[in-house]
Amino acid sequence: MWPLLQIELYKIFKRPRTFIAFAVIALIIFLIQLALKFGGEEYVGLVMSGLSSTFEAPPGQVLNGYFVCYNILNLLLIHVPILVALIAGDMISGEANMGTLRLLVAKPISRTRLLFVKFTAASIYTILLLIWVAILSLLLSIVLFGTNELFVPRGQEVNIISSHDILWRYAAAFAFATVGLITVAALSFMLSTFADNSIGPIVATVCVIIVFTILTQMQIPFYDNSIKPYLFTTHMLGWKGFFYVKGNEGVTIDGSIENIRAVIKSGLILAGYAAFFLFTGIWYFNRKNILS
Amino acid sequence: MSAIIEVKGLTRNFGEIKAVDDLSFTVTGGEVYGFLGQNGAGKSTTIRMLLTLITPTSGTIEIFGMNLREHRKDILRQVGAMIEKPDLYKYLTAMENLRLFATMSGIKISEKKLMDQLEMVGLAERAHSKIKTYSQGMKQRLGIAVALVHDPRLIILDEPTNGLDPQGIADVRNFILHLSKDQGKTIMVSSHLLGEMELIADSMLIINKGKKVVEGRSDELLNPEKIQVEILTDNTERTRSVIKESLWGQYLLDKDHDSVLLEMQKKNIPELNRMLVEKDVNVISLRPKHSLEDFFLSLTRH
Repeated sequence: MWPLLQIELYKIFKRPRTFIAFAVIALIIFLIQLALKFGGEEYVGLVMSGLSSTFEAPPGQVLNGYFVCYNILNLLLIHVPILVALIAGDMISGEANMGTLRLLVAKPISRTRLLFVKFTAASIYTILLLIWVAILSLLLSIVLFGTNELFVPRGQEVNIISSHDILWRYAAAFAFATVGLITVAALSFMLSTFADNSIGPIVATVCVIIVFTILTQMQIPFYDNSIKPYLFTTHMLGWKGFFYVKGNEGVTIDGSIENIRAVIKSGLILAGYAAFFLFTGIWYFNRKNILS
Repeated sequence: MSAIIEVKGLTRNFGEIKAVDDLSFTVTGGEVYGFLGQNGAGKSTTIRMLLTLITPTSGTIEIFGMNLREHRKDILRQVGAMIEKPDLYKYLTAMENLRLFATMSGIKISEKKLMDQLEMVGLAERAHSKIKTYSQGMKQRLGIAVALVHDPRLIILDEPTNGLDPQGIADVRNFILHLSKDQGKTIMVSSHLLGEMELIADSMLIINKGKKVVEGRSDELLNPEKIQVEILTDNTERTRSVIKESLWGQYLLDKDHDSVLLEMQKKNIPELNRMLVEKDVNVISLRPKHSLEDFFLSLTRH
């Protein structure tokens, strides 16, 4: 398994296009950090404007590395899936397009194993992409903006999380986001087994994400129970659950998570979707005639 | 020699179309087996079934005496293939491609052995160049090196001379002969370049519209006792009249007025030449026309 995985990773990281995603993420995060460095207090005022009038905190206290990271993740975790689709959607269809798929399938490796190896490689790419997001959005923001308590706005209220209670929440949030993005990778990977060129699976994945995200964010009561619970994009927002803490008489409890069951449930639903997409892809590919 | 490939009743339908229709053939160990047919005859579909890329609708395939469906991995470990175009990873070097496919074949191979493989196909100097800088001929040779990297017993080459210039075609031909005669490999080569097959194949199978037309030893199929000979001289009319007046006149074919054509035994060509020279006919060439191509066309015309 390991030599085959090495090959797949080698192929991924030998292609210049692989690094486009890393460069795009670095650029976006840098632009956000630059904007917050020079106009952060105004932004904080805007974010906190919807809160209860009783809440008062100096913008300088709110604007810190943790706050910047939280906002970056809010903006970015909707768009990173598109970058994941660029690679995962190319894993099988790209080989078909290049004409190398027939050589791979004619080797003494089962198709199931080949797909597992390729999906593992796509997942490792996804994890590395998230580590890159973590380094830039959290570590670099801490360096640029320092640390303090994290203010998490929630409708009319705000959760204030102590600075010593934050890092583990980010670790958990990134781990959760990994599950979410691997689900996207699995969707894109499955679509990749259906096609003989990369454009189709990548565009199809992006379309699914856009439509599902729009449905997830629509504030229409009819959709709340009928559709949203079944969309994987709804559950991809579950990472925020690690920043919704329990309170006692207005004081947040360190180490607490308001609704851990909902977070776990979302994680399991995402894992279920990922498994469904992966096994559907394997099932289909094992029956596919390689004509490319 | 024992049978290396044994195919029985192989059929593959694509909807209403029968791409391969009840095909049976046997490839014997150590031979170069020519697999001939026009474009669309079903050669590539058959080869893809031999390599498990396409599932047959019906029929059985045995390779090395094992059923392909039941012993897929054991069989493919001993098979090297180049399927149609030699498509490889263009953004990798020749050395990287070769190493990658060796690993996929389940073997560890040293840098030196990889270099030897590239040396064998004349690409050692460009071992570290990316494939996207290669010419079609170089890609073709690398494709063959990839097929051979794990030292397979059986090599399947699908149209290995496609897109090559005459020198490239000759190189591939010589390489196939070297693999067969010097290394004892069993090689199945598909092609529509019939003249090429005539030069290298020990046995051959001709298919048309997915069906077997004929299979057998090349020398038997070509039937050298009855061939057409085209004579080119500096004076066609005089040549025709000289032949008509001689014993050779009975073999003269009148259907072609632009050249002189005879139907005769191959072994008698030198004698005919001698007679023409004695009669002061300036012979430019005596060309046997009953090649495999004529044979093939006569079989597949309808």
